[in-house]
Amino acid sequence: MLPLDYETLRLIWWLLLGVLLIGFAITDGFDMGTAALLPFVARNDTERRVVINTVGPVWEGNQVWFILGGGAIFAAWPPLYAVSFSGFYLAMFVVLCALILRPVAFKYRSKVEESSWREFWDWALFVGGFVPALIFGVAVGNVLQGVPFQLDADLRPAYTGSFFGLLNPFAILCGLVSVAMLVMHGASWLCMKTEGTVRDRARLWGTYAAAAVVVLFALAGVLVATMIDGFVITSEVVTDGPSNPLTKTVAVEAGAWMTNYGEHTWMMIAPALGLLGALVALVGMRIGVSGMTFIGSKLSVLGVISTVGLSMFPFILPSSIQPDASLTVWDSSSSHLTLFIMLVATVIFLPIVLAYTAWAFKILWGKVTPASVRESAESY
Amino acid sequence: MMDTALVELSRLQFALTAMYHFLFVPLTLGLSVMIAIMESVYVMTGRQVWRDMTKFWGLLFGINFAMGVATGITMEFQFGTNWAYYSHYVGDIFGAPLAIEGLMAFFLEATFVGLFFFGWDRMSKVGHLFTTWMVALGSNLSALWILVANAWMQNPVGAHFNPDTMRMEINDFAAVIFNPVAQSKFVHTVSAGYVTGALFVLGISAFYLLRKRNIGFAKRSMTVAASFGLASALSVVVLGDESGYSITENQRMKLAAMEGTWETHEAPAAFTVFGIPDMEARETHAEIQIPWVMGLIATRSFTEEVPGIFELVETAEVRIRSGLVAYDALQSVRDNPEDAVARETLATFGNDLGYALLLKQYVEDPREATDIQISDAAWSTVPDVPVIFWSFRIMVALGFYFIALFAVAFYLCSVRRHETRWFLKLALFSIPLPWIAAELGWLVAEYGRQPWIIEGVLPTFLGISSITVTELVLTLGGFVAFYSALAVVEIWLMLKYIRIGPYGDTPTMGRPAGAPGVGGYAPAAGDD
Repeated sequence: MLPLDYETLRLIWWLLLGVLLIGFAITDGFDMGTAALLPFVARNDTERRVVINTVGPVWEGNQVWFILGGGAIFAAWPPLYAVSFSGFYLAMFVVLCALILRPVAFKYRSKVEESSWREFWDWALFVGGFVPALIFGVAVGNVLQGVPFQLDADLRPAYTGSFFGLLNPFAILCGLVSVAMLVMHGASWLCMKTEGTVRDRARLWGTYAAAAVVVLFALAGVLVATMIDGFVITSEVVTDGPSNPLTKTVAVEAGAWMTNYGEHTWMMIAPALGLLGALVALVGMRIGVSGMTFIGSKLSVLGVISTVGLSMFPFILPSSIQPDASLTVWDSSSSHLTLFIMLVATVIFLPIVLAYTAWAFKILWGKVTPASVRESAESY
Repeated sequence: MMDTALVELSRLQFALTAMYHFLFVPLTLGLSVMIAIMESVYVMTGRQVWRDMTKFWGLLFGINFAMGVATGITMEFQFGTNWAYYSHYVGDIFGAPLAIEGLMAFFLEATFVGLFFFGWDRMSKVGHLFTTWMVALGSNLSALWILVANAWMQNPVGAHFNPDTMRMEINDFAAVIFNPVAQSKFVHTVSAGYVTGALFVLGISAFYLLRKRNIGFAKRSMTVAASFGLASALSVVVLGDESGYSITENQRMKLAAMEGTWETHEAPAAFTVFGIPDMEARETHAEIQIPWVMGLIATRSFTEEVPGIFELVETAEVRIRSGLVAYDALQSVRDNPEDAVARETLATFGNDLGYALLLKQYVEDPREATDIQISDAAWSTVPDVPVIFWSFRIMVALGFYFIALFAVAFYLCSVRRHETRWFLKLALFSIPLPWIAAELGWLVAEYGRQPWIIEGVLPTFLGISSITVTELVLTLGGFVAFYSALAVVEIWLMLKYIRIGPYGDTPTMGRPAGAPGVGGYAPAAGDD
């Protein structure tokens, strides 16, 4: 017998899914925010190189959070991996293209002198930062409303929505929250890593972005409480049964996404962090204290993403057309043994990863300046 | 029933994106190790030229690495986007090595590659050398885990079908990791990557020597490439044989296709050097055979026979009929989950369930299949024999060519005749060959696995996503256009930096004093 029961492992993997998404948003999030700000905070080639080189050495490691997110969802939540990525097919394609542009843009941009070449890759970097941030938010907005998919008796998923159907007003609002959040995060990174004009511009953009996070996130919260229907399991909740989503019944219910906060008031910490963190970042930007800004921004990212997860728990991917087929923590995981093996692998390797990532950040500590960019032959 | 166009386009997209990705992977595997070797020599001897070599080959490594990372992103998500039912059906097993790959290998590789480029002035010599080795280790570990995953598709051990979740579930993770196919595939693939890296360095060094540029640099690079390449080329062929050996355990059909063997041969089987396999006539024309060799490769003995396609099709038909029993039991379990007898039957015949699913290409309910459809399904287990037959032969011929090429290179380096011009030309023009061999190898492995996506468990046509042909055409066209543009940029940049060379673009006999090299690092004087 395994030392942890199925229910506990599912809960742990739900938390780890959150850890991965938050890890991705906090690390690669500032890369994307920085890239999205690139054309606006840096006006000439030297400034742009400064901005690019603040993330140059670390974005690659950060991006692994995204790749690992994909791998971990595949391993721990196979139905989620299957349904979500095939359902959001064209949106995923756009995200992939944007993310494919990024490594190439970083590496190739400064390898040729011509300004038109560099201008092109700068915009490619912008796309690589802005587009995924927007689409991830739009996807979350759709997940909160339920996604039009069904499962047949073989558990084969079929998605009936369209690409443009994703772009409904609430989803776009969520997309904007995501963009504002990552731009805020990128700006606070630039606050910490640059000086002078670039830093001043980043502070200005960061202030707007942090203010936008507060307003838009609060607005989204109000909409979820008043206008967006949630989902509830109406049959008996079996937490250690086989992973077959069709073994339960589900109802759509107004305000259901608020139920968890009523039952467990401590969960209110998450939305509170989302707002307070952004306010701290905002104040930090204004008074120019980088450390405070970056921490505030991280807490906000943590709060916003946790809010989504906690509101929906135990749902991970509700279905709007066949609610019974909705994927939940209790019926969409891998087998007991796989979850356990993957947990062992995570417990062994994640601390090692965190240790050498911290070491790498320590080695690369310090501001990036025009002089440091010029002096290093390896700069992007 | 499945839409054939959707199946074919899904396969095409996966094949194209995977093969494209694999243009960058072998060079990353090979160059990362070679760079680490070069830097080790630098740290041990303190001679500047070895640092220059590390940096220059590191620069080309970086251009290639960016493309490997970029195209790898697609691969990590394509199972979900385009093979949703596959992901559901085997994610419980297949997902684990992918996730571990991210945890154990990608983080290592990606974190340290940043330090490799940006850390030269921020770390001690030994610290930087450690970083470089970590990049090499990370790259090679990622190959290990993805090949563990791939090997499971070829030889699905340690798992069983669970009727309650309608998918395969793991029961022995150690069997998945220590899958014999994974072991041989890993060594074979990684060695092939080393050959690619070695021939890349050899060919470009040859280019400089032909142009009489960067002589000291090029000679040393050539020596590293020759020795590393010879060892790798030997290992890729010897351990390729290993992969042939393990195939007989579970993939006899692929082996029969590689050999164009229709009738079972009595032991010891002959190896067909030449032949024209004919799918219609179900025979191979104009065969030229070497006696005994196949028996040795496939079974490591002179007494075991190697089964031919006819015999294997008969076996498949038996398994289809046995699979139908399992399929029928599965339906009973689904109607009544408490039906213990049906569960027992399913457990007994479960290993053949996948064979019954082959019938789904003809009928919705396999139990209604006619004898002709069962026979057709059995014949559908035969892959495209001529393609597999010839891909395999060209790959093997190239493998032997690499051994010869590196042996000559090794000899020339040992007797200090680096500048033998005919050989330099040969080396230069051989640069593309390892890529051809590697892609053909994948063609044999994966196209030869058809009609299965998971050998014996799930037919490929059942694995796809429920997307529309329009969506698929859009993304396929998008990938082709996007990837082609990136390829043009990548090759152009690569050529540009090769032309500039390690010490700037003035062709000279030695190193020009003070000439700016790639990335602007100054050459040290006098150790040519």
